[in-house]
Amino acid sequence: MCATCGCGSDGKTTFFLIDKDQQHNHSHDHVHTHNHGYVHDHGHTHDHQHINEKKIIDVEQDVLHQNNLLAERNRGYFDAKHILALNLVSSPGSGKTSLLERSLRDLKGELEFAVIEGDQQTNNDADRIFATGTKVTQINTGKGCHLDAHMITHAIQDLKPADYSVLFIENVGNLVCPAMFDLGEKERVVIMSVTEGDDKPLKYPDMFHSSTLCIINKTDLLPYVPFDIEKAKANAKKVNHYLEIIEVSCTSGDGLPLWYNWLRSKVLQAETI
Amino acid sequence: MHELSIVMGIIKIAEDHAKAAGAHSVDEIELDIGTLSGVDMESMEFAWTQAKKGTMLNNSLKKVNSISAKAKCLDCDTEFDIKNYYDACPVCGEHLISILRGKELKVKSLLVS
Repeated sequence: MCATCGCGSDGKTTFFLIDKDQQHNHSHDHVHTHNHGYVHDHGHTHDHQHINEKKIIDVEQDVLHQNNLLAERNRGYFDAKHILALNLVSSPGSGKTSLLERSLRDLKGELEFAVIEGDQQTNNDADRIFATGTKVTQINTGKGCHLDAHMITHAIQDLKPADYSVLFIENVGNLVCPAMFDLGEKERVVIMSVTEGDDKPLKYPDMFHSSTLCIINKTDLLPYVPFDIEKAKANAKKVNHYLEIIEVSCTSGDGLPLWYNWLRSKVLQAETI
Repeated sequence: MHELSIVMGIIKIAEDHAKAAGAHSVDEIELDIGTLSGVDMESMEFAWTQAKKGTMLNNSLKKVNSISAKAKCLDCDTEFDIKNYYDACPVCGEHLISILRGKELKVKSLLVS
């Protein structure tokens, strides 16, 4: 998966475990050593024709196979430690970080949390999460437009989420690319806000199709924007009939108890294989 | 632009198999790509041209089998072709559908030398 996360090229992906005492920071770096135990000696010349043989190889391999293997490895780690891992996806500006901040503060003492933040640049979101007193690692993907399972494997090695905790993975703000990459999460939560178009689910169907919960945020702004919430819900249901939908406002607090109850119900759910 | 990640994944799979077979170049590569796989073919072409440079696939011919999507209505069992996830069953009009095919994204075969 090095090709995907950049660690095979020039270490573009960086990880920051946010800690007030020590700033942990690493980027991927692979060192290849070549150890030849003999000396090449080409003191003679070849004088023969190489036959250009062609061969057909049946590969039949899924392109995302390597990512999916690592995702399953992450999932096994989460299951063994009873960690509820949630992959939060949305376009930029839907309010993912605000929803997290509010949830972490409101449920402090009831549930234990850890957060992985994914952004192309800056530690801004991780700093906001750290201010709530939550363990957090920031992944900067550089030019990368999504998180992948390999990045999550590295991030949890630093973060070490506690047993029985809830791990929020805030993906890069992008409704397209993260849809293809399983991170090993238990549930995928897509967040949209009423300042976006109510046709978002139709425009970006892959994301809504692969999610299990849709949160419609910023409902306090409904009187001021031309957003038809019933139409948005109907559009989301057309793409994914099984999608659960919760309307919330992180500003007024409306609907947040529904989201918290959803979280509690998932924490209590026993693992089944 | 997740297509670049996809293309690099394809190249890695092809090179691994070609090297294991003792080949020095990949002459042809055959891919199965479903219409609901989430891959934009134009972006993929762009990424392909750039990413294959300097690899064993530098001069390879790329053959793409486009797999058209098919769904089954979970309400009335009708099987039908779809273009989008939100397409309704043409018989009963329901959106409760199961995707039968169209999400394929795999390297099918290689011709190496």
